[in-house]
Amino acid sequence: MLLAFDWTQLAQQIVIGLASGGVWATLAVALVLIYRSTGVVNFAQGEMAMFSTFIAWSLVDHGLSYWAAFLLTVAISFVGGVAIERAVIRPVERAPVLTVVIVTLGLFFLVNGAARWLWSPETRSLPNAFSTRPIDVAGVAFSIQDLGTIGVSLGAVALLWAFFRFTKLGLASRAAAVNPDASRLLGVRVSWMLALGWGLAAALGAVSGMLTAPALASFDQNLMQPVLLYAFAGAVLGGLDSPFGAVVGTLLLGVLINLVGTYVDWVGTSLRLPFALAVILGVLLVRPEGLFGHASARRV
Amino acid sequence: MRRRALGIGLWLLLAALVLTVYVIAPRFVSDFHSRDLAQAGVFFIAIVGLNILTGYTGQISLGHGALMAVGGYTTAALAVHEHWRDVWTIPLAGLAAGIVGFLIGLPALRLSGIYLALATFAFAVAMPSLLRKFSGLTGGGQGLRLLEQAPLQVTGLSGTVTIFGHSLTQNHFLYYLTWAIGLVGFVIAWLILRGRLGRTFRAVRDSEVAAASAGVDLARAKTLAFAISGVYAGVAGALLAIQDEIVNPLSFSFLLSILLLVGAVVGGLGSLPGMVVGAFFVQYLPDLSTRVSSAPGVPDFVYGAAIIIVMILLPSGVGGLLGRLAEPLTTRLYTRP
Repeated sequence: MLLAFDWTQLAQQIVIGLASGGVWATLAVALVLIYRSTGVVNFAQGEMAMFSTFIAWSLVDHGLSYWAAFLLTVAISFVGGVAIERAVIRPVERAPVLTVVIVTLGLFFLVNGAARWLWSPETRSLPNAFSTRPIDVAGVAFSIQDLGTIGVSLGAVALLWAFFRFTKLGLASRAAAVNPDASRLLGVRVSWMLALGWGLAAALGAVSGMLTAPALASFDQNLMQPVLLYAFAGAVLGGLDSPFGAVVGTLLLGVLINLVGTYVDWVGTSLRLPFALAVILGVLLVRPEGLFGHASARRV
Repeated sequence: MRRRALGIGLWLLLAALVLTVYVIAPRFVSDFHSRDLAQAGVFFIAIVGLNILTGYTGQISLGHGALMAVGGYTTAALAVHEHWRDVWTIPLAGLAAGIVGFLIGLPALRLSGIYLALATFAFAVAMPSLLRKFSGLTGGGQGLRLLEQAPLQVTGLSGTVTIFGHSLTQNHFLYYLTWAIGLVGFVIAWLILRGRLGRTFRAVRDSEVAAASAGVDLARAKTLAFAISGVYAGVAGALLAIQDEIVNPLSFSFLLSILLLVGAVVGGLGSLPGMVVGAFFVQYLPDLSTRVSSAPGVPDFVYGAAIIIVMILLPSGVGGLLGRLAEPLTTRLYTRP
């Protein structure tokens, strides 16, 4: 029985899982960014990423190369994210958290509608950024695309980490998230730090969208909705306030979903998502703050 | 003493007004549109239930669409498999969803805030796939079609329903049925919330630590709020199944859960009368948005913009506005001289 077990297949499924998890990781980190600075989960994150992907598609359609369009889209998305924060989030900054959550749900419909309005609802496709040629390592087939996707995704997250860790602006925005009042006294413009957070999250979401789209034969305006769900699940698993946790959480989730879908017949493809969600719920019951999150304590 | 009499008089007047509107409303809209009103009633019931949980107990739920699914499928399954008359399944649908709500409340004891919102959201997302998987009971992706599979159990199949000697069209019947249950549910919610249990709920919402140190059993209060809220959602789901004469996984997608929360927040968390506005907002806004322009994407764009604008203008919902408008009156009536 044990001898008959196909270890190559297992390794192969783990690789596939890591590749999909790697794409979700960028969106999950975008969610964590906004959650850490405002305590709000941004339900429109996926739709914002979808909108960015359509901008990239337009740029490619006008003759730009994939990577030129990629960089330009990241920049445009950053500005767009800042603009969204200034226009619709700032007016409800002092409102209850749930009000802000509802605003992001409104943003979900608004951005999705805008994308279908500006770009007709037919399906389209983006060129592959990397070669899809498989590389064979001991019977496990990697494609360059898989590796490239994970590389770009984790590279973007690492870049962001470096920004927060090593720059003065990064330090200021961390300070604004931890203690807004004290930061304000020290001259940090807290409100603009929130806008910066939204801009960075939008840029990161754009990366996630532009990595998701080429892997699909075709995509439409619903491109990022499943990705958002997986990103949520992965971020919660890792701990909503930990970017590192979000990366580990989504990678774990990607592998878990693939393995369960492959090896547990009863689950198959149809129950993959519910099963993954049930596992996460199980984890949360043991560690309510996620694997790498911090339990919040409050003095009363 | 006179002040108290005045207060009671005003309440009676308000109740009479609400009842009059309830009885005569269908005369002012076409038969077809009274079905829309009936559907608004479904949202009303579910949103009142959600408000007990989220608005008064402080537990965010993004999974109430799934609880409605439990109610709707209970009704449909009883009618199709067990040949129950559709309207008599409503209490059982409420009970079933209440039990499921209680069960969701158990893991919810460990979670709070956004984590609870996302956990309940996961429940809402998973529900359609679960419904497809257990196809023996639920009919899978096809769902259960009452009109074809259990025509004898559908009330008003012949086009009219006779109640107390009055003959009503089916749409009018659905309107009166839904809003009658809605009004009763409203009064029950009001009675629950004004009493000891309501104070317990509010204490949990305002500070769990303070409530616990004052002797409130947090676990009991939270699971009870989930269960009560589940009963409302289940009854709403049953009524939706009766109105549509069909249930399938698509009728209870996670979008429904989102809409319910939008309705509750727009209506104003912690305000019961505001829920009427919330229900009408959820029911009629998509239709109004389509009327602006039906070009692809535009209705969703308008819909999203409307939600954002309402939230910016009324951060505490319509209920907060109503409270402020009524303040001069309520302070005069309820403060001691």
